[in-house]
Amino acid sequence: MAGGKVVRVRVDPDKCQGHNRCKALAPALFELDEYGNSKEIGDGIVPEGQLEAAYLARANCPEMAVEIIEE
Amino acid sequence: MAEDTTRTRPSVLDWSTDWDHLAAEWRDNPYPIWDELRATCPVAHTKRYLGAYLPTTYAAVKAIAYDTKNFSSRRVVVREVRPEPPMPSPPISSDPPHHKPAKQLLLPPFTPDEMKKLEPRARAICNELIDRFIADGRCDAAQMYTRHIPVRVIAHMLDVPESDGDQFIQWIHEILELGITDDDILMKAVHEMSMYFAGYVEARTKKPGHDLISRIIMARQDGKPLPPQEVLGMIRLLLIAGIDTTWSAIGASLWHLAKTPADRQRLIAEPELMPTAIEEFLRAYAPVTMAREVVQDTVIEGCPVKAGNMVLLSFPAANRDPAMFPDADKVILDRQENRHSAFGLGIHRCVGSNLARLEMTVAIEEWLKRIPDFRLDPAFPVTWSEGTVRGPRQLPFIFG
Repeated sequence: MAGGKVVRVRVDPDKCQGHNRCKALAPALFELDEYGNSKEIGDGIVPEGQLEAAYLARANCPEMAVEIIEE
Repeated sequence: MAEDTTRTRPSVLDWSTDWDHLAAEWRDNPYPIWDELRATCPVAHTKRYLGAYLPTTYAAVKAIAYDTKNFSSRRVVVREVRPEPPMPSPPISSDPPHHKPAKQLLLPPFTPDEMKKLEPRARAICNELIDRFIADGRCDAAQMYTRHIPVRVIAHMLDVPESDGDQFIQWIHEILELGITDDDILMKAVHEMSMYFAGYVEARTKKPGHDLISRIIMARQDGKPLPPQEVLGMIRLLLIAGIDTTWSAIGASLWHLAKTPADRQRLIAEPELMPTAIEEFLRAYAPVTMAREVVQDTVIEGCPVKAGNMVLLSFPAANRDPAMFPDADKVILDRQENRHSAFGLGIHRCVGSNLARLEMTVAIEEWLKRIPDFRLDPAFPVTWSEGTVRGPRQLPFIFG
């Protein structure tokens, strides 16, 4: 929850090429598989205090693979 | 290496129709050339190199990198000759569907967690190098510092003598710089490199260790080991891709800090900026330019391109595109939004990107800890490599 809305991150597995920028910038939100490709942790819900990290992850993904979904 | 960078070439009169990435103006300062082309002719052409295109916008570079159907990686260097068949070095020279299985063999040893294990050795290497020249009050940082770091780290990973590093650097110079115009030198270097590693491959096939050569030998694709030629190709690739690239990136970063005291002081005062600073150095001074071969006629950003031509895929030019990066020509240590393409875009993303970032971070941190105050020595020139990988090859500094 952030600002009353549920905000989630999601990595598009077809776009991710394993640059690891999201993992470096928001380690609490993303995890890597054995090849270094990224995936959102759990259901991707961004906890309070992680919103800035989530937006930074999106702003630094060279493949535009990080999505932020506000519900 | 500077002695080889003076070969004479026909002058370039029009960069949009006759560009030459081996021209002295390009080698010394390519950015104004790219800026002008981006504004006037975003996909330039040359008849040199048997015909080749040069895209300079981020959008064009990205479109080509993503289009593996029309743009093949079977050749990844723009050279004056195109021998058949091209020498395979999977996965960099592979197209789908062969690319992914080859790449997946190499990815696990290069994850961020694997790289963390190398950090103590990398820091020790940097300090051993600094110990050798710090008392002199000056050094050529390209020759005495930056060039030795990646080669020793990769030797450590391959478990071959770090003291063979100078030989590796010579082979890479012959392959990536001299080989652009001289096929005999290239073939000889590839052969020597293969002979050198064939001995290790044979020994570790019998008695594998935990090193990277053993991991490639032990890897299985569809349950089978790789053919010996592919094992050697991958080892050659790791060496070629991992050495003068990062050497160049560390050197360009230190060059920037030497000539920009405000940035140097800021980075020392605010070490927490190191991660964004490293990304910004990678963007502004991206060392690696790749290539593709056009295999079907197509259109890129409105420009028709014809099969049979090569494309010089300039990630460094893409990284300076103001349409993608505000103040693209400025180095901003805390740039918040930075989708730079220094490690490529699409399926051929550099396998060693986490290693390069580790080496850059460690090399700059250790340097700034020991030598916080340094500047360019006006008595000597800074010289740059030419061709596929751009970085300083002479970097004269005075300390204090």
